[in-house]
Amino acid sequence: MKYSVLIVEPSDIIAFGITALLHSSPVLKVVARKNGSEALDVAIKTHQPHALIISPLLQVDVSQIKAQHSLAVAALVHCYVEPRLLKPFDAVIDIHASAQNIENSIKAACENLNEGQSHNVGYELTRREIAVLVLVAQGLRNKEIADRLNVSEHTVMTHRKNIMQKTGIKSVAGLTVYAMLNNLIDEDSLDSVFHNT
Amino acid sequence: MSVELLIRNFALCDIAKALLLNMTHYIYNCESRMADIITSHVELIEMMPRFGIALGFGDMTVSQLCKKKNIDVNFFLLICNVYSFSDFIPDANVVNNTDMTMLVPYLKASHHYYLQKRLPHIQNHLHHIAGKLPPKVASVFLRFFELYKNEVEAHFINEEKNLFPLIQRLISGDNDAGIHINSFNDVHQDIEDKLQDITQIIFKYLPENATDDDTTDVVTDLLLLARDLHKHSLIEEKILVPFVRHLGKDIN
Repeated sequence: MKYSVLIVEPSDIIAFGITALLHSSPVLKVVARKNGSEALDVAIKTHQPHALIISPLLQVDVSQIKAQHSLAVAALVHCYVEPRLLKPFDAVIDIHASAQNIENSIKAACENLNEGQSHNVGYELTRREIAVLVLVAQGLRNKEIADRLNVSEHTVMTHRKNIMQKTGIKSVAGLTVYAMLNNLIDEDSLDSVFHNT
Repeated sequence: MSVELLIRNFALCDIAKALLLNMTHYIYNCESRMADIITSHVELIEMMPRFGIALGFGDMTVSQLCKKKNIDVNFFLLICNVYSFSDFIPDANVVNNTDMTMLVPYLKASHHYYLQKRLPHIQNHLHHIAGKLPPKVASVFLRFFELYKNEVEAHFINEEKNLFPLIQRLISGDNDAGIHINSFNDVHQDIEDKLQDITQIIFKYLPENATDDDTTDVVTDLLLLARDLHKHSLIEEKILVPFVRHLGKDIN
């Protein structure tokens, strides 16, 4: 089965180049190309790609796309990009990558996506929620978490509420154990989240 | 038909019973037989040792047993009713006029029961099943429970050192014992949440092939402990706090 890919890249040279590279790929099929991010929603709904390969310079809200559509989003990188901007992406494709590299990255990202959706309990945490969970489990307060993730405190509180509802875990100590069992953090954090007055 | 007969003769859920109470009524009263009380709310058995009551009380009524054991019968009924029915809110007048001499000893006995018996028992059980779990999972659980036990102990010690002596002085009429009492709600809630969380984690997120009878036993014990701790905090919230406030020495 081939994974369909939508490419969103302002540079024609790069966009055509990557399309040509993947032309005879047994794993991926480029179904459409766009130069910019306008009407991206429409394009995604029209072509229903499994994955998006998009330039991070277009400053698209990746988490929102992932929240609205079920697809993997890969960053196509040809110059220096701040690591912070690459965080929301499922994969990063460098301009020096071979066809094989690209196939592997996209395939892995798509498979991860599927796995995430059929994971044990059925109330899987989003990537954002996992990011918040990790910081909560390390004992950070809402304000500190908000600063780290560049969001508002209100957003952090909403994430925490959702995490609580999805996992059924109420205490910070409980979340810490949960995070440890799911290999999201190391074992050292447990002591600091208990109060021993 | 009186409210009491109605409740005694029909199997009503706790909430229905609580609604039928007009706050001055007890489900149990001094003519109730001890054996009937225990039969209707089995968990009361755990409470008996804290009053120094051993099993084998035959057909004795509440008043007969209390007289024998030198326990104030109204106090005993108050505790039994709060313990058995979580929706029961004792009438303020009743609380204020009850002899609370045995309250602190009762609470201390409860602390002792949790710290010296229940928690170590569960901890041993956890150690026992730890060998069957992946090492990392086992060490996290054991560490969590160790820290949890310490926290509960710290809370109890805090109460016994800072709060209970003042209450005893108040009860024995020492007017100088100014006391500042806040609700324990937050602390109790956190302790109960943690216990509930670790129980949830064990039965939801334990690796699948790790479970067997021993694990089920641990979970059962944890669930029972959680329920008992909740009732303990109810007694502190519904009896201790209002009573101390009533004594009018709350310098809030």
